[in-house]
Amino acid sequence: MLDYEFMRNALFAILIITPLFGLIGTMVVNNKMAFFSDALGHSAYTGIAIGMLIGVSNNFISMAIFAILFAILLNKINDSKIASKDTIISVFSSTAIAVGLVILTKNGNYTEISNYLIGDILNILPQEIFILLGIFALVVLFWIFGFNKLLGISVNPTLAKSKGINVKLIENIFVILVALIVTVSIKWVGILIINSLLILPAAASRNISKNMRQYHLWAVLFSIVSGILGLVISYYQGISTGPTIVIISSIIYFITFALRRFSID
Amino acid sequence: MENKKSCGDCCTKINNISFKAGKQVILDDVSLHIHCGSLNVIIGKNGAGKSTLLRAILGEIKHEGTIDFNSKSDGKRSIKLGYVPQKLNVENSPMTVYDMAGSLCSNSPVFIKKNKKVYKELQEHLKEFGAEDLIDSKVSRLSGGELQRVMMAIATMPYPDLLILDEPISGMDKNGKEQFYSQISRLKVDHDLAIIMVSHDFEYIKKYADKVIMLDKKVVAKGTPDEVFASKEFIDTFGSI
Repeated sequence: MLDYEFMRNALFAILIITPLFGLIGTMVVNNKMAFFSDALGHSAYTGIAIGMLIGVSNNFISMAIFAILFAILLNKINDSKIASKDTIISVFSSTAIAVGLVILTKNGNYTEISNYLIGDILNILPQEIFILLGIFALVVLFWIFGFNKLLGISVNPTLAKSKGINVKLIENIFVILVALIVTVSIKWVGILIINSLLILPAAASRNISKNMRQYHLWAVLFSIVSGILGLVISYYQGISTGPTIVIISSIIYFITFALRRFSID
Repeated sequence: MENKKSCGDCCTKINNISFKAGKQVILDDVSLHIHCGSLNVIIGKNGAGKSTLLRAILGEIKHEGTIDFNSKSDGKRSIKLGYVPQKLNVENSPMTVYDMAGSLCSNSPVFIKKNKKVYKELQEHLKEFGAEDLIDSKVSRLSGGELQRVMMAIATMPYPDLLILDEPISGMDKNGKEQFYSQISRLKVDHDLAIIMVSHDFEYIKKYADKVIMLDKKVVAKGTPDEVFASKEFIDTFGSI
């Protein structure tokens, strides 16, 4: 299968994206942000639509800019504690998806929508792999220098502040990175299932890990294994890659869930 | 050990703190002087502004008034704060005590290999609180008393000028409370710590506190535990004890 260039590109992309999803997912799950990252995925539609309106040829740029602004705005409104977190996210997420759909379907064009809904990893271009590598480097750097602070904030933001941590800055960098990785991958994974790739490996790892090192190791491994297996199986069976990856991640999740139950009971 | 006179070398001055949420007054011109080596307990009914005052001291909210720290040995400088929160988000987390303490007190990334130097330092500091054996335990599995000891160790690494405790002993039994209070009494003497604590354990406050401050948006009574407990404001709110 690696004789085909598109398969080699897809494999490269998976080897870069999946460890990132595993890594970022650990803190998305830890901070109970599953709904938040889902909303970020939905906001992609508005990003694409706005990009089309203003004539940006590369969807990625308009999607990324919109997702970053969306993420920072959500974070800010969330702080004001006007309504509960899930309500605010839900309002924003529905609005973003509706605005995007209205603009995109204006001329009766539905193909763009379904492309992004399911995604296709075999569409990836070599130059896009370089963008992925750039984001990979950013995330790894942030994890090395910012992970401790992020974990401290998740325990208790006031406690983190008393230790001299710049809570707002770290939180904003984190949501920007989540926004970036979600938008960059959406074209290949699809809006419908992108969140499962972020949540499932970390959630599975959480079931069996005894400390932060194991939590990261298993999340990254589960993510990579599901990605590669998903790509191979989908190639030979002629099925869609993204959903195959998610099914494998779910199977891993259920196995770890059972293991946890046995070990606790 | 209790009610020891403070050394008077340093003092945290909380001057005319006021805070409004919209039009509602939460804190109205609160001024306090907190001396090192003293345990100061804030009491008051629900909504009296106790937690808001702590948040103001911690710099979490924008408020009127100032908070100054003055030390005779090194003059006016910015204050070092230690804080033990009321609630933590640790449910189901695979985080160990090393992970939590390491993430808050060191720059060595806790998701990579354990840093032996940091591990040893943390273990030694935890030892002062009788919590050295907990270093590899999951935080979510600790008992109320164990978690308290760990949180105290984290708040005092390094030792701060002012230690702030927000109702730190909820969910602890009598034995645990007794241990906790004797521990903070030891801390304030050994390290000359100024401590502000929100609490409602009048029995222990009477025994261990140096100063009691009763809040109801403003300071309505302050003094030694006996003075405050005998005051009209206290009896009207909590009854005689």
